[in-house]
Amino acid sequence: MTVKNPAFKIKESHALKDTKGDKVFFVINAIFLGLLALIILYPLYFIVIASFSDPDAVLGGQVVLAPVNVTFEGYEKVFQRQDIWTGYWNTLWYTVVTVLLALAVTIPAGWGLSRKTTPGKKFWMLYFIIPMFFGGGLIPFYNVMSSLKLINSPWAVILPAVMSVWNLFMTKTFFESSIPEGMLEAARIDGAGKFRTFFSIVLPLSKAIIAVMALYYAVGQWNSYFNAMIFLQDEGKYPLQLVLKEILIASESTVGGSGETILQQYRLANQLKYVSVIVSSLPVLCLYPFVQKYFAQGVMIGSLKG
Amino acid sequence: MQSASKAPAAAARQKKPDWNKRFRDFKENAPYLIMIIPAILVVFLFNYLPIYGVLIAFQDFMPGDPILSGETIWVGFQNFTRFFNDVQFWPLMKNTFLLCIIGFIIGFPLPILVSLALNALKHKKAGKVFQTIYTAPHFISLVVLVGMLQLFFGRYGLVNNLAASLGGERISYFLESSAFRPMYILSSNWQDFGWSAVIYIAALSNVDPVQHEAAMIDGATRFQRVLHVDIPAIMPMISVMLIMSIGGLMGVGYEKALLMQTDGNLAVSELIATYVYKRGLTGVPDQAYATAIGLFNSVINVVLLIIANTTSKRFSENSLW
Repeated sequence: MTVKNPAFKIKESHALKDTKGDKVFFVINAIFLGLLALIILYPLYFIVIASFSDPDAVLGGQVVLAPVNVTFEGYEKVFQRQDIWTGYWNTLWYTVVTVLLALAVTIPAGWGLSRKTTPGKKFWMLYFIIPMFFGGGLIPFYNVMSSLKLINSPWAVILPAVMSVWNLFMTKTFFESSIPEGMLEAARIDGAGKFRTFFSIVLPLSKAIIAVMALYYAVGQWNSYFNAMIFLQDEGKYPLQLVLKEILIASESTVGGSGETILQQYRLANQLKYVSVIVSSLPVLCLYPFVQKYFAQGVMIGSLKG
Repeated sequence: MQSASKAPAAAARQKKPDWNKRFRDFKENAPYLIMIIPAILVVFLFNYLPIYGVLIAFQDFMPGDPILSGETIWVGFQNFTRFFNDVQFWPLMKNTFLLCIIGFIIGFPLPILVSLALNALKHKKAGKVFQTIYTAPHFISLVVLVGMLQLFFGRYGLVNNLAASLGGERISYFLESSAFRPMYILSSNWQDFGWSAVIYIAALSNVDPVQHEAAMIDGATRFQRVLHVDIPAIMPMISVMLIMSIGGLMGVGYEKALLMQTDGNLAVSELIATYVYKRGLTGVPDQAYATAIGLFNSVINVVLLIIANTTSKRFSENSLW
């Protein structure tokens, strides 16, 4: 490729002779970013090596850079715990159902809102914007769920999560900027109705936003604990995060006794904690490298219009 | 498609509403409305019904009472004045405000700094790798995050082991009220700075390369280009995020704070939101009182948002509405 634009030439020649100041800047910049990456990675790495090290070595502070006396005892213990498996199963089906319903609600609504001719469009826009900035708060929300007879029902965890106004607006922005008007016009001329156009033309062009929304809703439901905590009473219905909360978040103040017994309790509990952090975060973290470009894409879609 | 010759006819039609045409328009576009209906219903149930339920803040309300009936006892602003006179009022305001403002001072510039640094990186591939690493913690759940904090800052956690090996004393950070805010804020930043940076990175990638080239011809160093090209380019985005953050200055949620609370740090970790939860849903629930406190908090947030938006409108062209 011949470079005719002089601007390109300047850029190339510039790359060859950075000034001293520029070199210092690039080095400091790279060190800064590298340190940040270490700060993110080390705690995650430590959890992994601690999960299969001898718990005594972990408590004694010998585990720093590599696992010590590798053991899978912690994993065995976790795999034997019925509550973790029940929680896993519950979270799995809550998440799948949430995502399916959420897509069925959010994607068509985003399309409807993105059209200029939607009846009452201005009114509905306002209708969806208000909840972004003002809400009734926790207690009225609880009372609504209670009068809908949803207390102690898995639907109390699923239904409120099937629509996020933020996601709706992100979907709307996507449709406004990435479906070519010409195709819609062609479909109209060919006699396709509004629904037909949506299902046969729009949806096949919207894989990116469908993927982003599915991931957002899935991660949201997978990671949530609060609604389950206030609405579910049977432990058999607890999602994974609520089971984890009981394993991980032990209040230190409740641990009484002398230093020795505290240490003993730590020894037994901590290994389980390290392992359960890993077991519960594994699905999301395994998926993450593959889907992260979609996540970032989602934020960018949302930012197009600011 | 409206051609120029049809425009006067359209204007004439506007004077006299043609109901037939309107009906035809509505019928033709009704499918769009039908597609929105499920979303309208969900938002009505879980967002608007609770807003209606806020009325109990002005009532003498017992759980199970209907919100409006012949027997409703209206008490005006009594629940609010009760809160203003609550011994907890000033500590709650202070805890909420301090946690938010310190979090804002650290958490607002950090993603901007990171996005500028990533954008200035010479090796674009390395930039992608860094970005993948930085966004990863965003997907860790709050329960796991607080669990990790306890593992690291517990009495026999990594931090204390390190301190002990250096001859320091072991401290149960979760029982120290002075450690609550630093742990809360730093862990939030650890989790989300990369995620918050994505929006600025997107804006920076849209900067016209010609601007950089022009600056280079003028002899600008890379650092000067950050100051005079990159930062002005993301200024509108910064303004919008600033307005949103100010709107959230008293809006810290209960989810993380509840997980981090212990008897030892309660004096600092009790926030308006966690207090609402405790008074309204635990022990002997006092729902009207808790709703009033929650409403008071929401109103503060809306007022802050409006002030921030108006100020931004006056001094720049950037605003949310």
